[in-house]
Amino acid sequence: MRLADSGKTLGRKLSSALGDSLLAATIAFALFSLVLGLRTVDSATGLALEPRPALLATVVAIVFFGRLALNLFVWQTDYPLTRPFAKLFTLEPFETRDEVTLALAFALGVLGVAAGVLFQETLYGLLGTLMLAFIGIGLLRRAIVRTFPNLPYTQVFVAGGILFALFFPIVSYALESAFNLGLPLRYWFDLSILILTYVMLGWGLNIVVGLAGLLDLGYVAFYAVGAYTFALLATHFGLGFWIGLPIAGAAAALWGIILGFPVLRLRGDYLAIVTLAFGEIVRIILLNWTEVTGGPNGIAGIPKPTFFGLPFSPFAEGTTFSGFFGIHYDGLHALIFLYYVILVLALVTNLVTLRLRRLPVGRAWEAMREDEIACRSLGINTTLTKLSAFATGAMFGGLAGCFFATRQGFVSPESFTFIESAIILAIVVLGGMGSQLGVAIAAIVMVGGFEALRHTAGLQAIFGQEFDPALYRMLLFGLAMVAIMIWRPRGLVSSRAPTISLGDASAISGDLVRQGRG
Amino acid sequence: MAYFLQQLINGVTLGSIYGLIAIGYTMVYGIVGMINFAHGDVFMVGAFIALIAFLALTAIGITAVPLALLLVLIIAMILTAVWGWTVERVAYRPLRESFRLAPLITAIGMSIVLQNFIQIAQGARVKPLQPVVTGGYELFQQGSFSVIVSNIQILIVTTTVLVMGGFWLLINRTALGRSQRACEQDRLMAALSGVDVDRTISLTFVLGAGLAAVAGLLYLLYYGVIDFFIGFVVGIKAFTAAVFGGIGSIPGAMLGGLIIGLIETFWSAYFTIEYKDVAAFSMLAIVLIFFPTGLLGRPEVEKV
Amino acid sequence: MSGADAKSWDRDPILTVEHLSMHFGGITAVDDVSFAVGCKDITALIGPNGAGKTTVFNCITGFYKPTEGMLTLDGKDGPPRFLERLTDYEINADARVARTFQNIRLFPGMTVLENLMVAQHNGLSRASGFSFGAIFGLGRFGIAEKEAIDLARYWLGQVGLLPRADEAAGSLAYGDQRRLEIARAMCTRPRLLCLDEPAAGLNAKESDALNTLLQAIRDKEDTAVFLIEHDMSVVMRISDHVIVLDYGKKIADGTPGEVRNDPHVIAAYLGVSDEDAAALEARP
Ligand SMILES: Nc1ncnc2c1ncn2[C@@H]1O[C@H](COP(=O)(O)OP(=O)(O)O)[C@@H](O)[C@H]1O
Ligand SMILES: [Mg+2]
Repeated sequence: MRLADSGKTLGRKLSSALGDSLLAATIAFALFSLVLGLRTVDSATGLALEPRPALLATVVAIVFFGRLALNLFVWQTDYPLTRPFAKLFTLEPFETRDEVTLALAFALGVLGVAAGVLFQETLYGLLGTLMLAFIGIGLLRRAIVRTFPNLPYTQVFVAGGILFALFFPIVSYALESAFNLGLPLRYWFDLSILILTYVMLGWGLNIVVGLAGLLDLGYVAFYAVGAYTFALLATHFGLGFWIGLPIAGAAAALWGIILGFPVLRLRGDYLAIVTLAFGEIVRIILLNWTEVTGGPNGIAGIPKPTFFGLPFSPFAEGTTFSGFFGIHYDGLHALIFLYYVILVLALVTNLVTLRLRRLPVGRAWEAMREDEIACRSLGINTTLTKLSAFATGAMFGGLAGCFFATRQGFVSPESFTFIESAIILAIVVLGGMGSQLGVAIAAIVMVGGFEALRHTAGLQAIFGQEFDPALYRMLLFGLAMVAIMIWRPRGLVSSRAPTISLGDASAISGDLVRQGRG
Repeated sequence: MAYFLQQLINGVTLGSIYGLIAIGYTMVYGIVGMINFAHGDVFMVGAFIALIAFLALTAIGITAVPLALLLVLIIAMILTAVWGWTVERVAYRPLRESFRLAPLITAIGMSIVLQNFIQIAQGARVKPLQPVVTGGYELFQQGSFSVIVSNIQILIVTTTVLVMGGFWLLINRTALGRSQRACEQDRLMAALSGVDVDRTISLTFVLGAGLAAVAGLLYLLYYGVIDFFIGFVVGIKAFTAAVFGGIGSIPGAMLGGLIIGLIETFWSAYFTIEYKDVAAFSMLAIVLIFFPTGLLGRPEVEKV
Repeated sequence: MSGADAKSWDRDPILTVEHLSMHFGGITAVDDVSFAVGCKDITALIGPNGAGKTTVFNCITGFYKPTEGMLTLDGKDGPPRFLERLTDYEINADARVARTFQNIRLFPGMTVLENLMVAQHNGLSRASGFSFGAIFGLGRFGIAEKEAIDLARYWLGQVGLLPRADEAAGSLAYGDQRRLEIARAMCTRPRLLCLDEPAAGLNAKESDALNTLLQAIRDKEDTAVFLIEHDMSVVMRISDHVIVLDYGKKIADGTPGEVRNDPHVIAAYLGVSDEDAAALEARP
């Protein structure tokens, strides 16, 4: 009786899973039949089509079997196979079947790594390593949290992060000089400078979007204003970075006010489109005002920052960084210095924001995000408050732009497209609006992950030698944006820290915090 | 005068294409209150589907232009509609009741995905198509300048008028339109009174994508060349058009499309072609300053 | 009406409303309404649902621009303020009129204390050199902030929310949220406090506490109280002056005793109680 019953439900389950997967496969076929199954190629007589039935069949099959597997083992079952893996990151006790699943997964991972090592199967090796790493990190985290349940993990994490950021270049450079390890320092420093630039931009935009709740889709315009201001000042008037920096910041803030004044009356998505339009206007002007901006060729020859007046250059005794300190010249010095410049700029952005949050204007920003009408009923001039948020955010964007110009030594309109604004906004929202820590994590994950995709030989092993990961990374980047957002609609760190308290205030759940309408 | 008339014809043609896409933005905004950033790229996918379908039909020997175009139109509308449906299902529906900015970010993500998918699947090069619809009529001549309305322009404007007419009937005379308006006003009440909200929203995306596919085909025929990036530029212009007309208002989207097309054409003709987008965007900003909710948008009184 | 038998609100008004009208498209929400609000009174504005009470408040506090009419706030501390010429935030900042909302409008993601600090924005902002000065240690923000916290503490004590100061406003119970909104309005140190249905949704005990609070505000704070209220028993008990609106028109104006026996009011209210009864029965 029981057997028959469960057989019936199993049969029903199987048929509904099959039906659902077939539907998914049909939709996949409709989606991909033309755009993937046929490729347009140039031929003598114009465009010709090249059929790719095998590719189409593979994709549809992947959709079908993937969906079937999900249906059978995750969605339509009492015991989803994903549960033990989710449990890894909680403190719930494991059941026997969880342990069995995890042990099996672990064994699979070991097998994969073995295959990778013994038979040079990079794909299996990579997947195996990922599996082992996932389980390993989960178990380690469990063990630590079990043993020390009351550590202030966030503070430890933040302090560790800041210490790492402070010492990593010096330590790695010292290690490299001492032992000649062959570390790819130049690449590391370049990448960390890039990440820090996005952290700073994320923090800057966070003021506008995360705190004040104003949707700005044209933030890159201020980045561009900062970069071009400094580029022009440096190439025409020979101004150095340290003088150019505040001017670039002020110029961007001024533009923030000029733009802000007419449009801040607009609400929500009207504001969004106007800021977007402003970003495009700035880019188009940079592109076409050739006499001033150099048009598409941009402006080259932007000087690097000096160390209190000492340039980083191989020439001239005494008046350069290496000459002054009597060390031998190394191109990495300049890079390390740039790293510290952007680190300081980013930290200043963060500290100023944290301070402003505790000052009246910062509270007014957040209050405006929560309820603009209530703000006005309390006598707060919301237009001015919005302007101040816009200008402050713009100023940090301009500072970052100035740094960008000096780091590249070259600016052109290509660097200031809408996609930059979109990425910065994504960093803010994915990080958790208003959360400084979340924004930093999101910047590291997004920019670091994006960069990592460029260099993964493993992906080539999966898709064959002609596979160019750089081509796919934008695709994966977009997919990751969608996936993370669906996984955590409030962002990675969603809670809000109170700015003042009588006793000890705990973080406020993200569900209560609003996202603003402006 | 002749020159002006010629530009008017060109502007109306361009405006028709913008209008068709703008409707997709405005409908989605009206019903779910989000900017569907991926809509421009759905339009781009529609243009690619139309191109490939056209080449495929030619390859199997269907060369009679009217028949081929009709088939291409149908294929492109159906397949692009599937894309529109999928985008909503995958990226927006899970966030339907979520925070305002979450679907905006997934929309930007989907836009990136679509662009790069097409780039990978079809290559980054521009895709040219020989002129399919040629010829035209000379309306009159003034000096050495003759005012020409080409067949393709006639085709574009008539198709647009027909499609918009059909669409207008669809949303004003059918149960779907009623459900849409119900969902726009109050989704919860609509659901309580028996409207299938999920289905209505899905259909909205399907309709918008269908119209975008028409625009994609017309764009392909008019310019004779597409690439994976057209969705961004045209999409932003169409979105501007939707806002211009008052987002949420369908007549507003049509009007906005027309105005943006005209501004762009006239600016290019009388001033500089490089700054045509600057003109369109500045015009938008100026209009919004005086009509904060667009030309035909409902003025938004804050209920306190 | 002159000399000895002039009412207290006519003798010593804080707010004078003359010929106020407000149209929304075709709807006339408020139709040529004039009245005065006394500066030492609790004044109640009553009337059936949709009578235009909230609209009157919105005109006074600048959220709507009246179609017609003059709204004059008597200027003990300077020249009179013509409210119809000020925008919403100036009415609080300059004319010192504070309000609460029929649908509570707190800052739900901020703590109770933060809500009260936001209310003291203007003073704090000036003391901090418009905030940007305070980044560099300018201004005397520290002292001002301490005073602001003290005022917040005082009002939290008055409304009984001191133990919840560090909780998110959005997580408070409904009655607490209503009281917090009043405390927040009081933190702007208003001369006129406008409360839109402060007792709505409160239980009997909370309602009593509210009455005590309002009387305390009138007696101790030099703040006139102007409230919209549905519960006639509350109105009769605590108010000094009652104004009755029906369909946008003023139908009565006087002391509670006078208004209670006014035939227009009885007619209007009988109508309403039928509706109320029907609405109550219709509820699941
Ligand atoms: N912003 C507005 N737009 C249109 N009509 C409004 C608006 N605000 C109020 N009304 C109308 O004005 C009338 C009075 O409303 P209200 O002042 O809220 O009544 P009360 O507060 O006395 O219940 C109602 O008919 C209402 O629909
Ligand atoms: Mg009311």
